Amino acid sequence: MATTAMVEEKVVYQRPESLESIPTHYCPGCTHGVAHRLVAEVLDELGVRERTIGVSPVGCSVFAYKYFNTDGAEAAHGRAPAMATGIKRIMPDRVVFTYQGDGDLAAIGIAEIVHAATRGENFTTIFINNAIYGMTGGQMAPTTLPGQRTTSSPVGRDVELTGFPIRMAELLSGAPGAAYVVRRSLHNVKEINRAKRAIKTAFEVQLAGLGFSMVELLSACPTGWKVTPPEAMDWIEQQMVPYYPLGDYKIADGVEQLAKRR
Amino acid sequence: MAKGRIEINEDHCKGCSLCVIACPQNVIELATDRVNAKGYYPAMLVDPEGNCTGCAICAVACPDVCITVYRQVPVKASSAAAAL
Ligand SMILES: Cc1ncc(C[n+]2csc(CCOP(=O)(O)OP(=O)(O)O)c2C)c(N)n1
Ligand code: SF4
Ligand code: SF4
Ligand code: SF4
Repeated sequence: MATTAMVEEKVVYQRPESLESIPTHYCPGCTHGVAHRLVAEVLDELGVRERTIGVSPVGCSVFAYKYFNTDGAEAAHGRAPAMATGIKRIMPDRVVFTYQGDGDLAAIGIAEIVHAATRGENFTTIFINNAIYGMTGGQMAPTTLPGQRTTSSPVGRDVELTGFPIRMAELLSGAPGAAYVVRRSLHNVKEINRAKRAIKTAFEVQLAGLGFSMVELLSACPTGWKVTPPEAMDWIEQQMVPYYPLGDYKIADGVEQLAKRR
Repeated sequence: MAKGRIEINEDHCKGCSLCVIACPQNVIELATDRVNAKGYYPAMLVDPEGNCTGCAICAVACPDVCITVYRQVPVKASSAAAAL
């Protein structure tokens, strides 16, 4: 047989169906866009787009419901876990997720997330930790690092005055109803791929009915941090990762079998 | 090494340069002579020697899902025969 190689061109990467084909309002280099794309790819791969309901927060990702090609709802600031609880309890056959920033989840909405996790509500939370309030102009968040300059800590966060940054994955890992709580980062391609695997596991945990699942994602806010997008990626690696170690904080019984089945 | 190419949706591109620094073959550049409708310098494939491998690393790095990646793959013997 002739060995002349015949080749054809294959699409190896294209926009996932679960993401609308519209431009986002995010700043250049903002990794909210990466997080959206990973969630959308996972929903496509699991084949659950048509029965998924996303709950958007208040914050820069307030329009997330416009960007996901799924059903969606918009919650009051910090209340996405309460809304997701109601939706999932009424319609347990739907795949429900909240998408929340650190101001939304770790400040005004900390009660809702702690109780949803403790009750073991069977939905998934995608938690974007960018160490700042992006939407309102770069103020200090509960997650702002010691010494970090923001518009409301112009000489750097003073832990004597404002306390230490909160580690949400560690905190929620103590919730009895939490089945899967991990932290990943979006600062380079290797970490983005690891983040995607975690997001997939989180949704599989929900599909298996194991309880609350959350993936915390260290995410860049180049505008709020006043750096270029490449500098923002370095800042995550050098400043955020040491304070917010990447890893698995709660893996309940049954979760490892899910990953093995894949 | 596989051959590939990318298409960039210039209207969605924000010129963040994350694809430029991610590409292992250094075949993506930001335009310097034009801006898109939003005023950003869009990324473009500059690959005269055909070095793009279709690895899709740029697409994974892009926060704005601008990049579609194509790769040349060998046609399977059976489908090649069918095509003849
Ligand atoms: C009840 C209420 N309080 C305060 C605000 C003002 N506000 C809007 S977004 C936001 C914080 C956003 O920060 P974060 O959740 O970290 O999201 P990011 O914008 O960084 O993605 C605040 C305090 C509001 N909209 N509603
Ligand atoms: S302000 Fe920060 S979090 Fe908000 S869109 Fe811009 S870069 Fe993203
Ligand atoms: S597919 Fe790979 S080689 Fe081609 S432009 Fe993208 S990153 Fe570079
Ligand atoms: S990563 Fe995406 S948005 Fe940024 S320059 Fe490249 S194509 Fe444009």
